[in-house]
Amino acid sequence: MSMPFEEHDYIGLSEVPAMENSEKNNGLPLGDNEKKNTAKVLNLKATELRLGLPGSESPERETGHGGEDKNGYQLGVLKGFVSGAKRGFSDTINGGSGKWVYSGSGGSEVNLANGGGLFSPRGANGAAKSIGAGGVDSASQQTFVGSGVGKETVPQSPKPVQEKKPQVSAANGHAAAPAAKAQVVGWPPIRSFRKNSMAINPPKTDEDADAKLGTGCLYVKVSMDGAPYLRKVDIKIYSSYKDLSSALEKMFSCFTIGQCGSHGVHIRDGMSESRLMDLLHGSEYVLTYEDKDGDWMLVGDVPWEMFMDSCKRLRIMKSSDAIGLAPRAMEKCKNRN
Amino acid sequence: MNQLWKMDPNIKKTKNSADSANYPEAIQSPSQFPDEVLEKVLSMLHSHKDRSSVSLVCKDWYNAERWSRTKIFIGNCYSVSPEIVARRFPRIKSVTLKGKPRFSDFNLVPQNWGANIHDWLVMFAKVYPLLEELRLKRMTVSDESLEFLAMSFPGFKALSLLSCDGFSSDGLKSIATHCKKLTEMDIQENGIDDISGSWLSAFPDNFTSLEILNFASLNSEVSFDALERLVSRCKSLKVLKVNKGIGLDQLQRLLVRAPQLMELGTGSFQQELMSHHCVELENAFRNCKNLQILAGLWDASYIYLHVLYPACSSLTFLNLSYATLRSDEFTKLIAHCPNLRCLWVLDTVEDKGLEAVGSCCPLLEEIRVFPAHPFDQDMNHGVTESGFLAVSHGCRKLHYVLYFCQQMTNAAVATIVQNCPDFTHFRLCIMNPGQPDYLTDEPMDEAFGAVVKTCTKLQRLAVSGLLTDLTFEYIGKYAKNLETLSVAFAGRSDWGMQCVLGGCPKLRKLEIRDCPFGNAALLSGLKKYESMRSLWMSACNVTMNGCRLLAKEMPRLNVEVMKDEEDDSHVDKVYVYRSVAGPRRDAPPFVLTL
Repeated sequence: MSMPFEEHDYIGLSEVPAMENSEKNNGLPLGDNEKKNTAKVLNLKATELRLGLPGSESPERETGHGGEDKNGYQLGVLKGFVSGAKRGFSDTINGGSGKWVYSGSGGSEVNLANGGGLFSPRGANGAAKSIGAGGVDSASQQTFVGSGVGKETVPQSPKPVQEKKPQVSAANGHAAAPAAKAQVVGWPPIRSFRKNSMAINPPKTDEDADAKLGTGCLYVKVSMDGAPYLRKVDIKIYSSYKDLSSALEKMFSCFTIGQCGSHGVHIRDGMSESRLMDLLHGSEYVLTYEDKDGDWMLVGDVPWEMFMDSCKRLRIMKSSDAIGLAPRAMEKCKNRN
Repeated sequence: MNQLWKMDPNIKKTKNSADSANYPEAIQSPSQFPDEVLEKVLSMLHSHKDRSSVSLVCKDWYNAERWSRTKIFIGNCYSVSPEIVARRFPRIKSVTLKGKPRFSDFNLVPQNWGANIHDWLVMFAKVYPLLEELRLKRMTVSDESLEFLAMSFPGFKALSLLSCDGFSSDGLKSIATHCKKLTEMDIQENGIDDISGSWLSAFPDNFTSLEILNFASLNSEVSFDALERLVSRCKSLKVLKVNKGIGLDQLQRLLVRAPQLMELGTGSFQQELMSHHCVELENAFRNCKNLQILAGLWDASYIYLHVLYPACSSLTFLNLSYATLRSDEFTKLIAHCPNLRCLWVLDTVEDKGLEAVGSCCPLLEEIRVFPAHPFDQDMNHGVTESGFLAVSHGCRKLHYVLYFCQQMTNAAVATIVQNCPDFTHFRLCIMNPGQPDYLTDEPMDEAFGAVVKTCTKLQRLAVSGLLTDLTFEYIGKYAKNLETLSVAFAGRSDWGMQCVLGGCPKLRKLEIRDCPFGNAALLSGLKKYESMRSLWMSACNVTMNGCRLLAKEMPRLNVEVMKDEEDDSHVDKVYVYRSVAGPRRDAPPFVLTL
């Protein structure tokens, strides 16, 4: 468990929030592998936040998810990078100064630090070595990279205008992703204005720090009254309320039904399912969400796209608590029945 | 010609009277134009290249040309000096100046490199008091300079600043305050201190001449009230591009005041609107019958895009490069834009979005696809070769492309140029440096070979991916009309660059970074650099000795080096350009002119 986890740790500097959740999960009856099995059985792959252990990519997984796929991919990227370094860069490195990164005054890109060391002749080999070894934590990684290029700033340096997005990502631990992909000064050739615009306004993401930046997904926390731990879902992968609610039903079914085998494998039978549907569609629970203004709203009132844009977190509430929400919450429940 | 001369015997000979007194037969010659006539004829010439050619015919024509020229274009501000310009051209009303090397846009040129406008302005104030237009690109402009400009030219009309630096919104305030006849203020993508939006409020209440206003790239909020009043009273306003601070409801009010707009840059397209406001906004767009160009759309939220539909069918240029639309959202929008000639998008629209472009926009001539996440190279995002293929398949008139992608194949590019052989500008950026054809693992040489072989009109080329010297052999051999070439992380040896310098008869600008080209390559272009505007080489294998040799052999070139910090002999950056002004006197300490 420790070795794969260490690698994940190295790559997944980006995955601080995810790891918090997964660590929580680890403390509970459902272990990693168990959870994965459970996921498979309940067909939660599309919705479940997995740990993204190296090599654990799901073939059914759709595109555009941050989190684990990104982790899994990042390892792949690193591997690719290493071999790419030998194939694509060796010529120029060997033939030339190998100095792809100019650490000159003003205008140096922040992520230059990450890229520079990796591209210099000693850096390229050094990088390969450190990747292979795994288990390099963020601090030493940055030190290593930094040493290659002299007085480079590390990603968290105060040059926010240039590279705000990766810095915010760095706060979440995304530093490894761009670092692995070796950022070079002035490459790709995009004007600063455009870079800064995209950095300050990462596309279609939640301002909530828990959301994954810039990967076209929107993870929100889902809590259920009475459940011992929260889940996270990427609401962007759903196209309608129906999709979302059935996914949530499946995700939280084990709490409502309260039947988990010793290995956490859920016993799937018709009766459990229908009972689950009853629980959620019936009067016992309602699905609510917190919007951008901080208000708790009933899910289902606004068009789906608007909901996606404004939803910050979800809560499966006991109907008895939801009475305060609105009388129509009760009506809605009745209508569903 | 005789008749012409006879028709007006009172035509006075101004500059040539001395000549005609000494050589009376010159006047009798049927081929001799009076100067005024020649000037009149030449004043109809507008292209710089034509004028340049004309000025070389003979001394008379040179003189007639210089007296009749009112617009001057200087592609490299250091190729000539203010004094020389002032001496040659006495009647200039419009100046276009470009300063720093293009790679300064990507932070490859340190701060305080130069290209300061001030000395030019001082000379212009002396010699061209009637100056009306100033268009600057990659120049350093201070607030003091802007104030000086505003105070020195009472008839000043048009200011355009693109990718400049050194000024703040205070400088803009000076312009707004003092330029009573201003028709154009176009501020784009500059690195400036945006202190406050109060500059906009500085336009006087009786100021009505504005036709073009672009402040889209400024961040600080302007007073909407001041903007609304300005737009109301400037009846000739044709171009309005606002910044993100302007919301949708405000946009509606502006459109109602300016339905005559031809170009619009919206502000933020995200605010929550009540449905009746949506209807009003849609109607406002419907009433803009002349709208051809649409930009802005910052953070465009899909739910409001439908308000644009009434205006879409007349659009010729749609700039969505700051709108992070997904493919399904974009597809719905683009279906309404059948007359597009030019489209800029983000790669969030993905290949599917580009397929829609291919289907919906048969008249498309230019497409630019920018990366939403240039530093986050998750291969699941962005566009691939299939998007580009789809566009080329549906848009046979395509001649300008800028394409940022994660992967490409030789076969795809070959097909693309078969579909669209008229490319004049082909700028392909495979974002991972040195990446081969992802299907065959081969270098991308054949892709660019196909481009230069097929696209005989090619003027501008930017290459990327894994490239050997073969690419450059192809370019040197086939790219007969190539004027600008950008190369990064490519080539194997000096031979590559030598091929380009030995071929490409029309090459004017060559910019190279991170390539294994050294002194032999640099020196192979000795004779060629004087026919070019400039050469930039950074992070290559050039040494001080090579640069010194070049400088020694070619005294009319300025060879400017920025040295490697660690290695004294190795040159990190060299910028070579022809100049009639000699070495520049304002070079900062880190720039060494050899």
